[in-house]
Amino acid sequence: MITETIHLRKIAYARSGDKGSNSNIGVIAYTAEGYAFLEEYLTTEKVAGFFSSLEPKNVIRYELPNLWALNFILIGVLDGGGTRSLRLDAQGKAFGQILLEMSIIIPEEKMSLMSR
Amino acid sequence: MSKVLKIANAQAFWGDSLTAAASLIHQQPDIDYITLDFLAEVSLSIMAAQKVKDSSAGYAQDFVEVVKSLIPYWLSGSKVRIVTNAGGLNPQACAQACAEILRQAGCSLLIAVIAGDNVLDIIKAEPETSTFNNLETQVPISEVLSKLLTANAYMGAKPLAEALKKGAAIVITGRVADPSLTVAPCVAHFDWALTDYDRLAQATIAGHLIECGTQVTGGISDDWLNLPNLAQIGFPIIEMSSDGSFIITKPSESGGRVSVETVKEQLLYEIGDPQRYLSPDATVSFLSLKLEETGSNRIKVVGALGSAPPSTLKVSATYHEGFKAEGMLAIVGRNVQIKARRCGEIILERLTKAGFVPERSLIECLGCGDITQGVLANSHLQPFECILRICVADRRREVLEHFSREIAPMVTSGPPGTTGYTSGRPHIRPVLGYWPCLIDASLVKPIIEYIKVSQ
Repeated sequence: MITETIHLRKIAYARSGDKGSNSNIGVIAYTAEGYAFLEEYLTTEKVAGFFSSLEPKNVIRYELPNLWALNFILIGVLDGGGTRSLRLDAQGKAFGQILLEMSIIIPEEKMSLMSR
Repeated sequence: MSKVLKIANAQAFWGDSLTAAASLIHQQPDIDYITLDFLAEVSLSIMAAQKVKDSSAGYAQDFVEVVKSLIPYWLSGSKVRIVTNAGGLNPQACAQACAEILRQAGCSLLIAVIAGDNVLDIIKAEPETSTFNNLETQVPISEVLSKLLTANAYMGAKPLAEALKKGAAIVITGRVADPSLTVAPCVAHFDWALTDYDRLAQATIAGHLIECGTQVTGGISDDWLNLPNLAQIGFPIIEMSSDGSFIITKPSESGGRVSVETVKEQLLYEIGDPQRYLSPDATVSFLSLKLEETGSNRIKVVGALGSAPPSTLKVSATYHEGFKAEGMLAIVGRNVQIKARRCGEIILERLTKAGFVPERSLIECLGCGDITQGVLANSHLQPFECILRICVADRRREVLEHFSREIAPMVTSGPPGTTGYTSGRPHIRPVLGYWPCLIDASLVKPIIEYIKVSQ
């Protein structure tokens, strides 16, 4: 199988925010094929590994196949969250944009079915 | 009641545009309700500090300006009604301030004030109650009891709907669940039963979609750069039908976009388990939602499934946890990341030598990947300029006072190309700890009062 390495943003878009000291990242595929691929590929282990420098205590994933979406909860990544955190991005607003830069490997023949 | 009910949002948070409500009515005079959300998780603790200084404060004074902007429309016959949580910690004072300017303008209408969300005394009386344990850490609230500033339960739509049925044109509440601001007009208008959970679920989804204002009309959308007329981005409007199906749209001449993409992004915003989205009006499942584009900037939403809400209400409590301050300096030149970090370390070293070791500190080199703490390997980035941000927190105010004096000296003792020190010494701000917990819903008793503004 010929594969291609792309950025996640080629096949999905995202929005992130906070809930207390956890962050949620909604990742939404552009197409049904893209969703089917991400459901298999974008595991909690991959997302936890990608954000390892934020030291998540745990990553939870919820599937929304009707919206072609995955909802990731990154537990304990916001340094206390809200006004307690010392970080500039205390609410994880940037995490969605960062996750879309993840490199992913996809079957080349599926590319046109997954991108916008 | 078969008419489509039009519910808009004109405020996503305290600090959002103050002209949105009047613009909406100007652009689309047939809007029935405008909801305005002023309360983020820690807003009430800011209001608490204001109320300590002045017992007639403690609410979003911005809302009075919004009311003022709507007076000409009411005087010329507009029937638009307002539902807002602008009351914060002092909804009565908020309502009095609104009544005063309406009276002065000769504008007669009925204001409802809904309180009862403040549960601080209930918690202080029984701090060992297990539902008051921190939802994230399970730590008992007795740990922070002496430092507690605020504790407010998220009330549901019921008292708001009751006030609307009595004819209130403005409903001012303290803490209520954000979507309930939208659920209430639906319940009042269509006379839905409070056990009609599928319809309440649809209205809750509608409320969730519009509670952050322009975030559903193109704001922070991944496609933002390609959207039209963002300077005039439109605030969202729900067109609710009696069966609970609705269309989300925006005024036709406004900018931005309502698309399947913007709606999906906002559906996913700050949610947890999509099968059990908890609200005081219903427990909602997102998993059978269907979106359909029915026209330009018109997305139809159907299929939310509802069930009974939990027997507990969520409580946002805040407590005082000392102080913090942040300073920034721009660094320009080669190796800025190394220079900026060294610069920050020197500030902390000087603080330590003066005997003020801060309890917590953080150095960030903005522009070098530090906003997301190095998630992306930035080895390919060789920025020629960056911002040093240094943030310190401590329970002792004097540590922060000393820290705030240590930034400016770097202008002459720091790396070459240090600039941008224009905003003076950093401000010292209180650190507010956030304490999410639950309370038995039966302990929270909404109180409704009415103020009739007449000539």
